[in-house]
Amino acid sequence: MRTDIILGGVGGQGILTIAAAIGLAAVNNNLYLKQAEVHGMSQRGGDVQSNLRISDKPIFSDLIPKGGADIILAVEPMEALRYLPYLKKDGYVITNTEPFNNIPDYPEVENILKEIEKLPHKIILDADKMAKDIGSARASNIVMLGAATPFLGLPLEEIEKGVKALFEKKGEDIVEMNIKALKAGYDFAKSKL
Amino acid sequence: MSYECFFIAQKLYIFVELSETRKKLNMQKLLLLGDEAIAQGAIDGGISGFYAYPGTPSTEIMEYAQHSKEVADKGIQCTWSANEKTAVESAIGMSYAGKRAMAQMKHVGVNVAADAFVNAAVTGVNGGFVIVAADDPSMHSSQNEQDSRFYGDFALIPILEPSNQQEAYDMAYNGFEISEKYNVPVMLRITTRLAHSRAGVELKNKKNQNTLSLPEDPRQFVLLPAIARRNYKKLLEMQKQIQEASNNSKYNQYIDGPDKKIGIVACGIGFNYLMENFDGNCPYPVVKISQYPIPENHLRKLRNECESILILEDGQPLVERQLRSFFNEGKKVHGRFDGTLPRDGELDPTIVAKALGLHVPPEIKISDVVKMRPPSLCMGCGHRDVYSALNEVLKPYGEGRVFSDIGCYTLGALPPFNAINSTVDMGASITMAIGAADAGLVPSVAVIGDSTFTHSGMTGLLDAVIKNSPIVVIISDNSTTGMTGGQDSHAKGRIFDICKGLGVHPDHIRTFIPLKKNHEEAVKILQEELAYNGVSVVIPQRECIQTAAKSKKAAKKA
Repeated sequence: MRTDIILGGVGGQGILTIAAAIGLAAVNNNLYLKQAEVHGMSQRGGDVQSNLRISDKPIFSDLIPKGGADIILAVEPMEALRYLPYLKKDGYVITNTEPFNNIPDYPEVENILKEIEKLPHKIILDADKMAKDIGSARASNIVMLGAATPFLGLPLEEIEKGVKALFEKKGEDIVEMNIKALKAGYDFAKSKL
Repeated sequence: MSYECFFIAQKLYIFVELSETRKKLNMQKLLLLGDEAIAQGAIDGGISGFYAYPGTPSTEIMEYAQHSKEVADKGIQCTWSANEKTAVESAIGMSYAGKRAMAQMKHVGVNVAADAFVNAAVTGVNGGFVIVAADDPSMHSSQNEQDSRFYGDFALIPILEPSNQQEAYDMAYNGFEISEKYNVPVMLRITTRLAHSRAGVELKNKKNQNTLSLPEDPRQFVLLPAIARRNYKKLLEMQKQIQEASNNSKYNQYIDGPDKKIGIVACGIGFNYLMENFDGNCPYPVVKISQYPIPENHLRKLRNECESILILEDGQPLVERQLRSFFNEGKKVHGRFDGTLPRDGELDPTIVAKALGLHVPPEIKISDVVKMRPPSLCMGCGHRDVYSALNEVLKPYGEGRVFSDIGCYTLGALPPFNAINSTVDMGASITMAIGAADAGLVPSVAVIGDSTFTHSGMTGLLDAVIKNSPIVVIISDNSTTGMTGGQDSHAKGRIFDICKGLGVHPDHIRTFIPLKKNHEEAVKILQEELAYNGVSVVIPQRECIQTAAKSKKAAKKA
């Protein structure tokens, strides 16, 4: 078993929380894990990514080769397109549709989505809206994690445990909210398969 | 299985206890960044003091230590230093007193510390001393991609270059002993990818700290020429043993392969990118290098057995340069010099695959829809208000007279502000303004942050005071080291007094709060000081919005 994931977004959007939840589930299942993050200058509103690799065999490279990612998980639609050179031929793009517009020349969202629609394997969802409907706009990244869960090679219950562990200290309500968010994303992706 | 995790300063440190077997064996595996693995390795290896100035990608070593309960319980020193030079000097002092010390910095920080660092090889050590240099090939957060191994080579000391997080831990753990054994500082060199990538790390038994003890020779650290000459000869004599240690190091390996067409030398994480392409079974003989000087025994074998050589190093072609004469007896040496690998930038699995002539999937072009998303100053950041006022005030004087420095405010170089004309090294804003004013560019303006000012700006300001340069120094004070994530700033609450103490006339040390509503006041102050024919310091003071939000959150919790 091996899953290579590129997480894409903008500094501050919570991709490291997604990575941590998957990471916990992976280690809990005695899998190997490598996770490269971006720290420093780009965190100031620049594009950021994390290379997350989980496997039942030892992993060598901290970076995923071009054309090697099973999943691109983007919490922002333009960032999904940025990492396409890394996607495997039959890999999945799972992206949020809500743009993070902090540059003067941000493209029309329709044009971005048109490009994503061209891809053979994709899950496209408005995670921000789904999170709001559940009761917390901040859980949008966990909705995205849910939408990626059918492709991770780990059962939903294990990811759920990871999310629980991450939010445990913030109280039961927060845990429950995030589990709901996870399931909403999961159900959405499942309905598209 | 159980695990617990907690948030520290918005970063996640996930502590994971592995299977029951491990528990029984009392073994613990942590999921650590390369940086964090180094900190934990040093803690378990008996360190007594961490010394550092924040700099990407090295910052998380100190942050990990500062958040470790074990460090607090054991009384291990872990406060930030004013700059990399003071950090290395403090570490040398701790080594003098017999205890184990580490100084951590980014690659360009080694330049700042170079005087102390190179001389520490001549003094030798008493307690073990490890200097961590975190290099940044591809310049993700830096102004150059210099390779610190050249410094280690030049200083004649052993260099350790881990290929993964476990080795990073092990090398920090063992580094002090290597240092003590050969009476030299040891350089631990990492690059960004390892520093900021997480993997499982197995811990070793904890060692005790050294006890306080003076050097046997009371003059060991007195580098008067006569003593320095003697010490230097000792250092040269030690080279044989240091070479021997590399030849026999467990970190250096000869891994045989059936196809002798190419022999591959893989340094540090270059080894991972190689193995990635062959799923761990490389058909060619490989020399893995993670301890320097380069292991001559393995390389001689490679030379004898292989037709040509490919060298993979994440950084500048140091080993390639050393090996060109060694191998160039009719054998081709491929690497960064001959274009087999790009001359600049970090390695990755795809670049290495191409160098090996392996099939790589056709390159997919990124859609034209995708735009660049450069970093920018946060909305609400005080630096924004400073640049708005400065741009307005400077219009009548004309462009090209703002010298800046290294920190968040460097982003003032980008739109919409386009406000600064230089960023070279820590502290250079003030001194470049002096030189430009000397050349006739009057007034010249320096923009520097509070932490950068106490790092390397104060001495430059003294230069300005001595010659009464017609410059305006803006110390944009957000009371933190912002770009690296909000570490304590030595300047906090002290800037006015420092400037006064250095001799700036108090009438020309002006302060304001950089907020939109204070724009007119800011403009007036800057106009007045630009008109003054002497040294002025203007201090816009407002806390970084990131740290302010963090402390607000923390206060709410408490």
